[in-house]
Amino acid sequence: MPEANVETVPSNKLSRLWTPENFKYVPPAFLTLILLVGQFTYGILDSYLNLVVSVVTCLISEIILARTVLHTRKNLASAYISGISIGILIRSNMMWPYAMCALLSILSKYVLRYKGRHLWNPSNFGVSWMLFMAPLAVAGLSIQWGNNLAAMAVIWCLGLVIVNRAKRLHVSIAYVISFAVLAWVRSLITHDAFLAELSPLTGPMYQLFVFFMVTEPATGVSTKRGRILVVIGVALVEFVLRLYGYIYAPFYALFLVGPICKYFDLRKNAPKLAKNQ
Amino acid sequence: MSVARIIVTIVFIGLLVASVLLSGGTSFKPNAAGGDQEARSLKKYGFYLEPVNKEAGIDFRHTPPDLDPRLKPIAAQIASMGAAVSICDFDNDGWNDIYFTNSGNGSHNALYHNLHDGKFADVADSMGIGDVNKTGTGSSMGAVWGDFDNDGYQDLLLYKWGKPELFRNDSGRRFINVTEGSGLPAWVNANSAIWFDFDNDGLLDLFIGGYYSEQFDLQHLKTSLIMPESFRYANNGGRKYLLKNMGHGHFQDVTQQYGLTSTRWVLAAGAADFTGDGYPELFVSDDYNVDEFYLNDSGKRFVEAGRKAGIGFIPKSGMSVTFGDLDNSGVTGVYTTNITEEGILIQGNNYWKPKGAPSADPHFVNLAQLSGIFNAGWSYGAQFGDLNNDGNEDLYVANGYISGKKGTDYWYDYSKVTGGNKAIIGDADNWPAMNGKSQSGYQQDKIWFNNGNGLFTDVSGNVCPYADYDGRAVALADLWNRGVLDVIVANQDNIPLVYKNTVVSGNHWIDFDLHGTVSNADAVGATIVLQWNGHEQVQVVTGGIGFSSQNQHRLHFGLGTAQRVDKAIITWPSGRKDELASPAIDSVHVIRENKS
Repeated sequence: MPEANVETVPSNKLSRLWTPENFKYVPPAFLTLILLVGQFTYGILDSYLNLVVSVVTCLISEIILARTVLHTRKNLASAYISGISIGILIRSNMMWPYAMCALLSILSKYVLRYKGRHLWNPSNFGVSWMLFMAPLAVAGLSIQWGNNLAAMAVIWCLGLVIVNRAKRLHVSIAYVISFAVLAWVRSLITHDAFLAELSPLTGPMYQLFVFFMVTEPATGVSTKRGRILVVIGVALVEFVLRLYGYIYAPFYALFLVGPICKYFDLRKNAPKLAKNQ
Repeated sequence: MSVARIIVTIVFIGLLVASVLLSGGTSFKPNAAGGDQEARSLKKYGFYLEPVNKEAGIDFRHTPPDLDPRLKPIAAQIASMGAAVSICDFDNDGWNDIYFTNSGNGSHNALYHNLHDGKFADVADSMGIGDVNKTGTGSSMGAVWGDFDNDGYQDLLLYKWGKPELFRNDSGRRFINVTEGSGLPAWVNANSAIWFDFDNDGLLDLFIGGYYSEQFDLQHLKTSLIMPESFRYANNGGRKYLLKNMGHGHFQDVTQQYGLTSTRWVLAAGAADFTGDGYPELFVSDDYNVDEFYLNDSGKRFVEAGRKAGIGFIPKSGMSVTFGDLDNSGVTGVYTTNITEEGILIQGNNYWKPKGAPSADPHFVNLAQLSGIFNAGWSYGAQFGDLNNDGNEDLYVANGYISGKKGTDYWYDYSKVTGGNKAIIGDADNWPAMNGKSQSGYQQDKIWFNNGNGLFTDVSGNVCPYADYDGRAVALADLWNRGVLDVIVANQDNIPLVYKNTVVSGNHWIDFDLHGTVSNADAVGATIVLQWNGHEQVQVVTGGIGFSSQNQHRLHFGLGTAQRVDKAIITWPSGRKDELASPAIDSVHVIRENKS
């Protein structure tokens, strides 16, 4: 059999695309891919307009606030991720919650700061606030997406590759292991099937949570060990909230644990970080 | 701190507060009224609903279906359906009778014969349609009346989680079980069936929608893999049955041939002509998936066109299909119910109104939110009807899923599995035990008053005494021949509510009782467009509508203070059109289709 004529791409060309400078566009691209696949296979969005509202609100507010508050121009990848996440994660029959959630998310970056860094993951702040404080207008995604095993496996594989590249694989892995172990503990307490306790992890809400929220570099602490401890802390608080029946426990847990850890990390390491920068 | 930062902080705090305030303004919690409720309701809304079970002699109580012991941990949610109500006039005495289904093994269904004196007597057993939940035959889920043999008496199809049964009405004297040899399927886990004449051949055909797969006998399971594979995209429900009436009491299964091959979790169906070609389309409401809209290709086949028509994009939890003309535009719209639970799941109900004139490819827009009939609760049956005879159709929606122990909530447990992979959600063994918990329980039924401008006002709790049973089926009928619509609600695992409607004097009405001769005898599929005082309202004769329910056969129109009707245009399934000029008001017009 004759050998196939294979054209090989020089590895240096690919690696050039995969540079840290370009990498910041990979997570938004991945999130967009999840959105597109979800929309065209399942129709996950109740309305395109709501997504547009949340994305545009995030982008415009980021541009304005970066200029007026920080007197700088910011790359819009982060705001885009926030907007997409909000558009996917919350559900409302009105449009204002999407705009409100987007505004609160971006504003939180510019208001809730310590030593020049924001404390909350923006979309986690906005989504948690709206779910907890505006329950009459907003519900979450928890049971509103498809759950095809093959699609889920692809998203998990791609997601893991990307967080690995972002040097945050340890965060995702630590969280998933913590969740699974604590799910088993919960099953002993609640007497529900282990699979029932593990079940949320197999759903779409957690795909966004594991790959985009707990791993966000800007709100993570400075050491690898610290990040692992933080994410275990998030899982532990979520464990407690779940025992009390909070459906949106992961968002609330990150909302509570993340900023506190970030605060102490900045307090301890910020001068050093600043000096290094 | 810079000025910009101060301004941004103030805006941020303002938005935090505003989000909470704006959310509070959208509450859809039940209403409750005190004081002299009836007088205030009559003055403000022109009607009042008073439960009269005792006075009417109706002592029926629903019992839920029995299930396989392996489902015991989640029995409350599996056995959450079966309370159904359908209105008939089985003896053609001109007074509406009521049929309630029961579901527990050995329980009896009830046929309440109207005694004309305000009271009813249960004659189901003596008529042969009472003892129908015998062990091994399944559990009744609903019943629809239709004169399948065109003898002038309405026959009965009883659908079950089990063996569907057909009873021929023997001239109002008794019912004869004619299931054997009729061609009905041996076993369907059905929560929906309607009579309609899809090919306009003058014989009523049947649509039966499966919920759980027909492979399962829910009282004797061999597997726990019976649950939906997804909360939003499940295709592992029961199959559909399209049964063509071949005459002589025989039905032929033409489901595959006609293209009704999907296996979604059907909870309701309705048939009406949306294309203007005279053939009825089929609107199917599905749990755990998008609803379906089947275009009728001249009685030769059905083509699913949900996406094309605009209704097939957002999966919800479809529970009911009902028709109404809420803005007196002379256009039939479709109302479907879903689930809304604050902070957890906001699906909202739909009111699909066709855009423009009837065409081969109708397109619908959802006006539920604009009209104010969006958020109801965990909704089941719904019906449009003019409750105060002011000329505008109001809306009654039954609410409430499982009223268990007060202060408990199963929603969190529910969300765990429903958000998970299909390997988990699809297995009943993975579902957390309910342990008597409530889920969207103790909800008040929703009653929306039509303001006459396309907008509705929530008057629940103002127009009837407070009640929070787990409502399922709703039927509207003039039970005492007074020219008003009374309301009958079948509640799960509880007593029904038979509401006698008191309407302020001064408003007029007109009723039409249509009977086909060339068309099917029940005139199912016929429409009446009524024109009066600048208004135009359309209504359709249906063979079952809502959730597990059927309204009275006659069509009721409120007229407000109008002293005359301009005309009534009747379109029969045969294609014939009749125009009645100035029919007398405050009367029931019994109209037989002219054969010529």
